[in-house]
Amino acid sequence: MKKSILAIVAVILALSFGWTACNKSSTGDGSKAQLEEAKELMGSGATFPAPLYQKYFDVYKQEKGVEVNYQGIGSGGGINQLIEKIIDFGGTDAPMSSSELEKAGSAVLHIPACLGAVVITYNLPDNPKLQLNSELIANIFMGNITQWSDPAIQAMNPGIALPDQNILPVYRSDGSGTTYTFTDYLTKANTLWKDNMGTGKSLDWPKGIGSKGNDGVAGTVSITPHSIGYVELIYAYQNNLPYAIIQNKSGNFIEPTLESVSAAANVDLPDDLIVSLTDTDAPDGYPICTFSWLITYQEKNDGTRTLAQARATANMLWWVVTEGQSYNEELKYGRLAPSAVEKAKALIKSMTYDGKPILK
Amino acid sequence: MKKNFSIDHLYLSILYFFGFSILLLTFIVFYELLSSSTLSIKTFSWSFLLRNKWDPIREIYSSLPFIIGTISTSFLAVGISSFLSIGSALFLTEYLKGQFSSFLSSLIDILAAIPSVVYGLWGLFVLVPFIRNIQTFLFRYLGFIPIFNSQPYGFGIMSAMVILSIMILPYAIAMIRSVIEMVPSDLKEAAYALGATKWDVMRQVVLPYVRSGIFAGIGLSLGRALGETMAVTMVIGNRNDIPRTLFDPANTLASVIANEFNEASSSLHMASLVYLALILFIITFLVNLAMRSILKRYSLEKRR
Amino acid sequence: MRKLKNNIMTVVLASALIICIIPLFLVIGHLIKNGLSSISLNFFVNNPKPFGEEGGGMLNAMVGSLMTVGLAGLIGIPFGLMAGIFLVEYRHHRFAGFIRLLTEVMQGLPSIVVGIVAYAAIVLNMGHFSAFAGGIALAIMMFPIVTRSTEEVLLLVPLTLKEASLALGAPRWRTTFTIMVRTALGGIVGGILSSIARVAGETAPLLFTAFGNRFFSTNFMKPVSTMTLQIYDYARTPYASLHQQAWAAALVLVFFVFINSLLAKFLAKRLSGRR
Repeated sequence: MKKSILAIVAVILALSFGWTACNKSSTGDGSKAQLEEAKELMGSGATFPAPLYQKYFDVYKQEKGVEVNYQGIGSGGGINQLIEKIIDFGGTDAPMSSSELEKAGSAVLHIPACLGAVVITYNLPDNPKLQLNSELIANIFMGNITQWSDPAIQAMNPGIALPDQNILPVYRSDGSGTTYTFTDYLTKANTLWKDNMGTGKSLDWPKGIGSKGNDGVAGTVSITPHSIGYVELIYAYQNNLPYAIIQNKSGNFIEPTLESVSAAANVDLPDDLIVSLTDTDAPDGYPICTFSWLITYQEKNDGTRTLAQARATANMLWWVVTEGQSYNEELKYGRLAPSAVEKAKALIKSMTYDGKPILK
Repeated sequence: MKKNFSIDHLYLSILYFFGFSILLLTFIVFYELLSSSTLSIKTFSWSFLLRNKWDPIREIYSSLPFIIGTISTSFLAVGISSFLSIGSALFLTEYLKGQFSSFLSSLIDILAAIPSVVYGLWGLFVLVPFIRNIQTFLFRYLGFIPIFNSQPYGFGIMSAMVILSIMILPYAIAMIRSVIEMVPSDLKEAAYALGATKWDVMRQVVLPYVRSGIFAGIGLSLGRALGETMAVTMVIGNRNDIPRTLFDPANTLASVIANEFNEASSSLHMASLVYLALILFIITFLVNLAMRSILKRYSLEKRR
Repeated sequence: MRKLKNNIMTVVLASALIICIIPLFLVIGHLIKNGLSSISLNFFVNNPKPFGEEGGGMLNAMVGSLMTVGLAGLIGIPFGLMAGIFLVEYRHHRFAGFIRLLTEVMQGLPSIVVGIVAYAAIVLNMGHFSAFAGGIALAIMMFPIVTRSTEEVLLLVPLTLKEASLALGAPRWRTTFTIMVRTALGGIVGGILSSIARVAGETAPLLFTAFGNRFFSTNFMKPVSTMTLQIYDYARTPYASLHQQAWAAALVLVFFVFINSLLAKFLAKRLSGRR
C-alpha cells in the first residue's frame, strides 16, 4: 500500500515539475501577438499610497483584465526588490539614493502617481485638534519633550487641556518613504534635528516603539493612549484619528487638505519628476507633502522580464497617470497637475525593450 | 526466496536514503544560512556579537540587542512557567486519575495547538492593554525600582514574556508528565507503606527521580521560546535597542528578522539578518541537542 | 504537621494547574466573542476589498492555506513516514540513534529560520515568491515531526507480531508495511493529522516564501496568501473591519485545528489493531 502511495507521489511531483516548465515557457514567449501584454504584474513598496493603489488595481483588473499584485512592504523593500529584479515595478515615496541607483545598474524611472500628506496623529482623550510646529515635533520625537502637558506644547495650544502623561512616540520599524518625507521636512526646518537625526528611510530613533507600515503605525496609535505617530493622511482620516495643524515656513498654521497639498506641489518640476516638496515656500502649502512614485527600469529587458510584461507595465503606468488620477481625490490624495502628467507621459514613452520603445 | 531478499535489500537501501535525508536537510539549512550571511560575517565578524548597534542608515549591524532581547524574554518566560508546569504536571499525573486527568491534559494540548499568530492577535488586542494597565500602576507607585522605571507602553518585554510563558506551558507540561509517569510504582508504594504523605512521596521520591528529566523538559521549552516568532513580534514593540527595564520595548532575533527581512534595503542588511538567523539556529540547535541528549540518557537508564 | 504541609501543597499544585488552564479559556473565549460575530457568508466567498471598503473576505487565503499545506503534506508525509520506518528498522544501529537525535533537534528548528532557508534555496533561485516555496518551507517543518511520530507509534506494535511474521517467512518490507504499519495505522494517521494542523498554523516560514497575495490564485508559481498571513497583516492595520476578519480567521483556524485533533484521536482508536 505504501508503494502505491510512493508511486502516486512520484507521479505528482513529476507532473508539477512539468507544469512549472510549461508555465515558464508560456510566459517567456511574447513574440506572437505584437500588442500582447502580460496578464499579471508584481509590485511592492510604499504603504503610503497603498490604499490608492489597491483601488487603482481593483479597477484596473475589472477594466483591463490585468491583475496587478502590489504588496505594501515599505519604500525600502520596494526599491530593494526592484533592484533584485523580482518585481515589475516598485512604489516609493523616497527617491532612490545615489548608492541605490548605482546598485540598480541601469536607469530607473520615477513616475509619480499621486501627492500625499504626512500627518502627525495622536491618541488623546476627546481627540483635540493640536497645533504644532517643526521644533515641537522634532523635540517630541527626539525625546526632549516627554510630557503632553509640557509648557511648549501648551503654549501653542492655549485652549486645550493637555494631560500630564508621557508622550509615546511611534515610528516606522521598516524602511519607509513616509519616514523619509517626515525626516526630510524636519531636517530642513529644524537645525537640532538636522544635526542629530538626519534624513532617511530608517533612523536610529532614540525613543518609542516601531510598527510596520503606515497601517501598523496608525494601528498602534489607535490602540495606545497618549501615543503620537506620523502617517499618510488617509490612514488617520479613515480611522477617525485626529491629526495636527502644522505651522509652515511662512508662519501659517495649515491643515492637511487637498488644497494645501496642491499648493505645496505648485513648483517647477524637473523632467525626471524627482523633487522634494517638504517645507514648502508656498504660504498656504502644507509643509509635509510628497509625491509617491512608481519606479521601474527604463530598459526593461534585463533577463528577467518579457516584452509582454514590459508592455503591461508601461500600459499600467500610462493608465495610472491618466485615467487613474480620477480616483485620487476621493481617497484624499492629490492629483498630478497637467504639467506633471505631460512629463510623466514622456518618461513612460522613454521605456524601451531591447532599445526599442515599448509604447508607440 | 532470493527475489525476496533482493527486494528487501532495495527496501532497506531506500529506507537508509530517507533516514539520511534528515542529515542532508540539516546540512542544507546550515549551508544556506552560512552562504547567505557571508557578506555580513566578513564585514563584521566578532564585533557583530558584542556591539549594541543596528543602524540600517549607516550600515552598522550587530546582534547584541537581539540576543539580549531573546535571552531575557525566553528566560523570564521559562522562569514563570517552570514552576507552573512542574506543579501542573505533578498534579495531573499523581493527584488526578483517569478520565478527568486525560480530559484536562487534552485541554492543555489545545493550548499547544493554537497557532502562534492567533496568540499574537490575542496578545495585541487583549494582553497588551491589560499589561499596560498593570505597568501604569507599577510605574506610578513602584517606579523607583529600576526594572519598573520606564514608560508604560504595554508593548515590550513584559507582554512578550507573559505570552511566551503561556505558549510554552503545554510543552513543558507534556514533557514533565511523560518523565513523571516513568517513576516505578513500587518505589512510590514503598514510601506510602512507610507512612509518607502524598507530598512526602512527591518531594522525596518522585521529584528526585525525575530531576534531570524535568530539567531537560524545561530546557526544551526554553528552546521553543527562543525560536518563537509571530506572537512575540506582535507584542514586543519592535525596538532595536537593548531593553533596560521590564517595560522597555525590544526585539528578539526572530522578531527583527520577521520585521525587516522583506524590506532589507541593502545586501549587507539582508546578510546581517541571515547572520542573525544563523546565530538563532546555532543557539536553538545547541540547547535542543543538550536537552534531548539528557532526556535520552535518562530514558535509556531508567527504562527496564 | 506533615499532614498540613501535604494539604497546603495539594492546594498549591492544584492552583498551578488552574492557572495554566485559565489562559486557554481567555484566548478561546475572546476568539469566540470577537470572531463569531464576524463570520459571515462574505468571509468565505469573497476576496479582500481595498482598504476601508466593506464586504471583503478570505477566500483567497483559505485556498492558499490549502495549497501550501497540501504541497507540504505531499512531500513531508512520505519523507516522514519512510524516515520513521527507517528509524524502526535500523533501531539498533548507531547511525539510526544519531539520526533520531538529529530529528528531535530539527523538530525544534525555529520557523523563521526555515523561512530564510527556503527563501535562499528557492525564492532566490526562482526569482520570485511562490506558493511552491511556501509549501516547501512547510514541508521542511513537517518532515521531522512526522518522522518522530511515525517511529513512536510503530514502536508500540508488539514485537511478537513482527517476529511471527518474519518466522512465517515474510520478507522484511512486507512485514513492516503489511503488518506493522497496518496495525499502527491509526496512530500514524493521527500523527500526520497533528503535523498538518501544526503546519497549517504557521506564519513565519511563509513571510518570505508565499509572501501574500490580495488576489485569488491557484497557481503554485505565484505568491499566495494564507489564513495565517492575513491574520498577521490585518491585525496590524487600524481598520476595525479588518480586525474583525482577523478574529474570524483565527476562530476558523483554531476550529480546524481542534477538529483535526479530535479526528486524530478518533482515528487512532478506530484504526488500531485492525487486521
